Amino acid sequence: MPHISLKDLSIAYGDHKVLQNVTVDIPDSQITVIIGPSGCGKTTLLKSLNRLLDLNDDVNVTGSVLIDGVNTYDPKADILALRKKMGFLSQRPYPLPMSIYDNIAFGPRVHRVSKEKIIQQINTLEGRSVEIPAGNKSHIDILVESYLRLAGLWEEAKDRLHTPASRLSIGQQQRLALARALAVEPEAILADEPTSALDPLSAQLIEKQFKVLKKNYTIVVVTHILRQARRIADYVIFLYLGELVEHGPAEKIFSNPSDERTKAYISGEIS
Amino acid sequence: MEEKIFKGLMIMSLVLVLVMLAGIIVITVYKGAPALTLSMLIETPKGGYYLGKEGGIANAIVGSLLLALGASFCSILIAIPVAFGLQKEYTGWRFASFTKLVLDVLWGIPSIVYGAFGFVVMVFFGLRASLLGGIIVLTLLMLPIMVRSMEEVIRTIPLELKEISYALGTTKLETTISVVLRQALPGIVTAVLLAFGRGIGDAASILFTAGYTDYIPQSIFDPVASLPLAVFFQIGTPIPEVQARAYASALVLLLIVLVVSVVSRLLSYRLSKNIVR
Repeated sequence: MPHISLKDLSIAYGDHKVLQNVTVDIPDSQITVIIGPSGCGKTTLLKSLNRLLDLNDDVNVTGSVLIDGVNTYDPKADILALRKKMGFLSQRPYPLPMSIYDNIAFGPRVHRVSKEKIIQQINTLEGRSVEIPAGNKSHIDILVESYLRLAGLWEEAKDRLHTPASRLSIGQQQRLALARALAVEPEAILADEPTSALDPLSAQLIEKQFKVLKKNYTIVVVTHILRQARRIADYVIFLYLGELVEHGPAEKIFSNPSDERTKAYISGEIS
Repeated sequence: MEEKIFKGLMIMSLVLVLVMLAGIIVITVYKGAPALTLSMLIETPKGGYYLGKEGGIANAIVGSLLLALGASFCSILIAIPVAFGLQKEYTGWRFASFTKLVLDVLWGIPSIVYGAFGFVVMVFFGLRASLLGGIIVLTLLMLPIMVRSMEEVIRTIPLELKEISYALGTTKLETTISVVLRQALPGIVTAVLLAFGRGIGDAASILFTAGYTDYIPQSIFDPVASLPLAVFFQIGTPIPEVQARAYASALVLLLIVLVVSVVSRLLSYRLSKNIVR
């Protein structure tokens, strides 16, 4: 059973229906790309997965989002634990108002992860037993380094870990956001048009990082850039006006879509 | 042509504002500086001070600082939770707008009314004019300013930033304290400054509630002098030396506000290094 599975999910803001009867399984360890024109519910679908939608007023959700078999919209569901499982990247990367180092350490610190757990976490991540060297270096230092490396930011950030994260370029900020999200050990990464504010080179770095990370994480990316979807997608979900029109492996959707609307969108007739 | 008219209008208004500011400073310095001596800063009034003899306004300087700092401290303790509580994460829209309206009305109430109100309450409880009374009334005066300015700052914090924090599995309180408060800190400092400036310069609210005395208070139940009232009492005399001392007192008040502004600007600048706008 996949980590993430949607059943008959409908979402409305007040009377305005945004998504209707979406049922789809999101394959593990692949990059799933949600495509579709603006305003057709892509971001809503993404944010329903970690219940960030709750921050909006007047949202009605029916149906279910199963994360590891647990319905997240069950009133008894533990939203905080659920959100930890879902790393999130927003359109515009916002560094937390603190240093680069503290941005990465933020999650583990807030969740009061014990030293033993953190060492275990680093060992799992690095795939080997990491020694904490004697001296000034703490387990958090190693954690920060590991995740900055994982997000491909270590070389650029290692000499200024304690400077404000706001001084990083926007592309670096997005990789920082990735590292920060990964540091709370999510199972999946949800990315909402993660490259839309970035220059082409930074965007390329993020895409490259996703391809590396998909071995260990389920990745869901919302994009309206069709070419980006072609580059990174293993699986595609096509939404049109709140309706799930078609979903399937990327090769099939891009080369041989079954629905006329998908065909029109892929060929660029509608945007 | 239109462009030029508007540009001219803007320049004229700007000049008017600058001239007013310069005028206030020049006149205060010109009239006050000659009377401003070290003994004036460090001595309390001696016998015959108000007739132009020996002494100083240390009682008013210390008094004003105690009043304004005490009231700022109390206001911060109350204003921060209120300002956060008015955000939509914690309070419904209706209640929040009603509270903001109430605060705006309070902001607009003349300070003499606060003074009269404070006086009635103190009489009811059998208290006399004191540092405590002054601090309480000044706190009431400063609270609406602080809460409203803080609330505005907190409200402008982008939802995306909060989303990012929540997405890491944090609770509302953790996000509020570790992320939102940090992001809002420079604005909060500005809000405190704004309220402090209003508080330290206000004469009417503390006229009945803090009283006036030639001594430095020994406890919070003693009456306390203040700079605005020192200006008020001294400028009303017919003796030129005492009038000059009124301007010197005003100059001291001006300098205190200036120093506090500069320090808080620097603080605010240091704090905003971490912030993405």
